[in-house]
Amino acid sequence: MVETAKKPFRVLIAKPGLDGHDRGAKVIVRALRDAGFEVIYTGIRQTPEMIVAAAMQEDVDAVGLSLLSGAHMTLFPQIVELLKKRGLGDVLVFGGGIIPDEDVKPLSKKGVDKVFGPGTPLTAIVDYLNEKLPAVRAAR
Amino acid sequence: MKSSRPSAPLAERVLGGDTAAASRALSLIVDEAPEADALSKAFFARSGSVQKLGVCGPPGAGKSTLTARLVKHYRARGLKVGVLAVDPSSPISGGAFLGDRLRIQEHALDEGVFIRSLASRGKIGGLSHTIFGAIHVLEAWGCRRLIIETVGTGQDEVEIARVADTVLYVTTPSMGDEIQAMKAGVMEVGDVFVVNKADLAGKDKAISDLKTALGLGAAHEPKPWHTPVVGTSGLTGEGVAELAAAAEAHWAYLKDSGEGKRRLKEQHREEISLYVSRRVYQTALSRLGDKDLDALLAHKTDPATVGAKLLKK
Repeated sequence: MVETAKKPFRVLIAKPGLDGHDRGAKVIVRALRDAGFEVIYTGIRQTPEMIVAAAMQEDVDAVGLSLLSGAHMTLFPQIVELLKKRGLGDVLVFGGGIIPDEDVKPLSKKGVDKVFGPGTPLTAIVDYLNEKLPAVRAAR
Repeated sequence: MKSSRPSAPLAERVLGGDTAAASRALSLIVDEAPEADALSKAFFARSGSVQKLGVCGPPGAGKSTLTARLVKHYRARGLKVGVLAVDPSSPISGGAFLGDRLRIQEHALDEGVFIRSLASRGKIGGLSHTIFGAIHVLEAWGCRRLIIETVGTGQDEVEIARVADTVLYVTTPSMGDEIQAMKAGVMEVGDVFVVNKADLAGKDKAISDLKTALGLGAAHEPKPWHTPVVGTSGLTGEGVAELAAAAEAHWAYLKDSGEGKRRLKEQHREEISLYVSRRVYQTALSRLGDKDLDALLAHKTDPATVGAKLLKK
């Protein structure tokens, strides 16, 4: 067997729904790339089904959802449910965008592990993933 | 799916066409996990039966968009398609931005399409160390066409020719004149040349330049395969059917001429070479200690002696 160096974590960054503002998502993609992650970006206007299909085929450790349109309370939980249905309940789901504080708790109850608001330092997201993902991968 | 499950049922599920199982198997193989060898063994029986199309060319030539067009073409004919899209890993962070999938997302919900983005993980030449293992997973999964898209490559990265059956070299009308097309390297390994972005000005000149350059060597020695040059537009889909037909003709040529068998043999040689070199390299380097480096610093030994010692152990 080959001596395995630590294999990079794989993260899917996705923008669900009718929201074309993807600068934030691209900044995250870039920050994660520079922090040693393998990042897959599926582009704008994705349906929950498309995002989950991509997560499955790419066998990612985490899915990061970016949404600024206000539909997060509908779309984020839908994606979490679909992931579970396809046997991907162990994938870490986190989100970001314009998400009111009062929505964070209900989202977390529905399986969105963490929500990052505007102004979050990029290192906070990198640190969060580095802390969470070893356990996610070990459980798979 | 827990990786603690024995690999046999996972392999069976892949062979039965289970997409989720294929995805997991791909990860285990690409990550060189302990289960990888057993899985590869289970999948190898199906290797070599489907055409592997290698899509290569410079960055931005439209390889991913053209790949999406080919997927669409094959799906319209009911053929299951596998896509392995390689993008570069950062030599600095080890991370990667895998952006090819974005162009192929149109087929995200089609059960007959499996797309996997791979990072090159330090392999130069536009592919990854474990590319053959990944290919065998998709062959086992049951695809009828397999498209391997390389990292955007330069002039002399010809590794794809040792992996794919049919190399589609993708370029654009602005690639340069016939002098560029006469240079050694990738120009020698293309089985079908594609002038993509044919919607831009200069397509006809580019096609004619390529044809001229390809024709220069043919005069004294008739070649059994006449390398076609096809103009396509990823944007409009123009020329894609022609490209698919050229690829099909090449596959028929490979089968009829015995060249296919010769290439497959070369592919196996390359796969073994990657397997062995990777293990020898890793094993030898794992024996390199700080003591050896200190001895080098003190000029008590030299790199060749240390290297030979590491290989011998």
